[in-house]
Amino acid sequence: MKYYLLSYVDEKAGAAVPKDEMDAWIRKIKAWTDAMQESGVLVRAQGLHPTSAAATVRVRNEKMITTHGPFAETKEQLGGFYLIDCKNLDEAIEWAAQAPGARFGSIEVRPVWEMDLPAAIEAARERGMLQTQ
Amino acid sequence: MRNSTPSILEGTYRQEYGQVLATLLGWLGDFELAEDAVQDAFLAAVEHWERKGVPNKPGAWLTTTARRKAIDRIRRFNPDSVDPLTLETLERAEPSRSEELDEEADFPDDRLKLMFTCCHPALPLEQQIALTLHTLGGLTTAEIAAAFLVPVPTLAQRLVRAKHKIRVAGIPYYVPPPHLIAERVDSVLTVLYLIFTEGYAATAGEALIRQELCDDAIHLCRLVELLIRRSATQIDLPLSQKAEILGLLALMLLNQSRRHARVGSRGELIPLDEQDRSLWDERDIEEGLALLEATLQIHHPGPYQLQAVISALHARARTPGDTDWPQIVALYEELLKIYDTAIIRLNHAVAVSMAISPVHGLQLLAPLAEDLTSYAPFFLAQADMYRRAGHVDRAREAYRFALDLTRNARERDFIRGRIKALDVAL
Repeated sequence: MKYYLLSYVDEKAGAAVPKDEMDAWIRKIKAWTDAMQESGVLVRAQGLHPTSAAATVRVRNEKMITTHGPFAETKEQLGGFYLIDCKNLDEAIEWAAQAPGARFGSIEVRPVWEMDLPAAIEAARERGMLQTQ
Repeated sequence: MRNSTPSILEGTYRQEYGQVLATLLGWLGDFELAEDAVQDAFLAAVEHWERKGVPNKPGAWLTTTARRKAIDRIRRFNPDSVDPLTLETLERAEPSRSEELDEEADFPDDRLKLMFTCCHPALPLEQQIALTLHTLGGLTTAEIAAAFLVPVPTLAQRLVRAKHKIRVAGIPYYVPPPHLIAERVDSVLTVLYLIFTEGYAATAGEALIRQELCDDAIHLCRLVELLIRRSATQIDLPLSQKAEILGLLALMLLNQSRRHARVGSRGELIPLDEQDRSLWDERDIEEGLALLEATLQIHHPGPYQLQAVISALHARARTPGDTDWPQIVALYEELLKIYDTAIIRLNHAVAVSMAISPVHGLQLLAPLAEDLTSYAPFFLAQADMYRRAGHVDRAREAYRFALDLTRNARERDFIRGRIKALDVAL
């Protein structure tokens, strides 16, 4: 089964970390992703720029509204995601527990909804949930 | 008088459901399909046993029948959730003389795996409880809904959500590996103790004790203990947890030994110091004390064991005056070192009020007020200490707070009685 490990950390606290500590931190993340790579579970790993680099888009009444920053103000922000392919939830949880971010942030383990998108669209159309073009 | 088939079936259902389901789940790996097949088998039993009589080994008969029903279902519906190899496994599991099966030998006991699946920490606690009672306790949806005083559809939805999550999140069906087992056993014990306490000190409804929940919790705890002992070679459980399983069983037995004395003839609550101690159940006390003795030999005290020792000190006191309160205070202090919660602090304060004085108890209660502001037992304890210290007005006020917070009809009667007694004493 595929799972996303979503790493949430406090960006403000992260920004205050001195450079040498930050380097050590990055090495730890590298060691963790390398371990996942070697055991063959890692499908894809991706870090994210901080939310200060983000734009949020909404469309209301067909009008596009773009704002800066993340959608919601929360204490911890999404900082990276790791797609892994594991036997079961416990295996995914164990990899999550080894994430450096788990030590002060949190890792959300989300099973991937394996969906055949064209088939799902077709089914929705049949049920009248989507307008046929 | 002979038992009719329906009543035998009802007993069999509660006894065998968990094991049959666990075995099927082991083969199928799909919760919903396993449940459907087991339901089919019980329906078949209603008809078959009526005509041909109850088989010697009802559990084996049901497992074999459920397996056949599962094969039928897979052939008919061909669900995506089932591995194509499953059908082959199921067909190979065909025993030659199904009705004479030796259950012990032919069917591995998979109930422990089921227990770990039901109590997986990724499931919300309320779902863990409902699922455990449903699958391992063999309780129907209506029975669990009645026990927890929630509407049947709410409870049914809770079970559906739990099973859905097990499937989509890939919650495994196995005995967890050694490095996970400590966390998982804790989670199993928490569920069992919550089932027990909800039964023993029902927070709502008419009855003070809902015995069926207590019985289920004790039965399931015995099962966990037995299963872990039986598979000792495969499960390397830390000693501290082996001791805690026994400790929890002892605690539940010692507490429930007072069930007949705790409720009066009109269903009213009788507090510990006013109970007729001759009504305490000797068998429960003896078994509880023996278990506790064995547990303490392991020399790994934990929260359940310490609470069981406290319960044992009450069980051993012939009269309320014989209670060794200083020892109970010391045990609560030990307990607080490893398990510091507001409720344990409350119990500690009560013990201090008995061992030293109500004024000392009140001093310890004061800092807890904020955390326990909506917890009726806090105000009951406070009222009782004020009463004993001679502060009638404050006692009355605290009883009224407790009354407002109590949803259990029998406890409300008890508090009203206490308020009345205060007015009489004036």
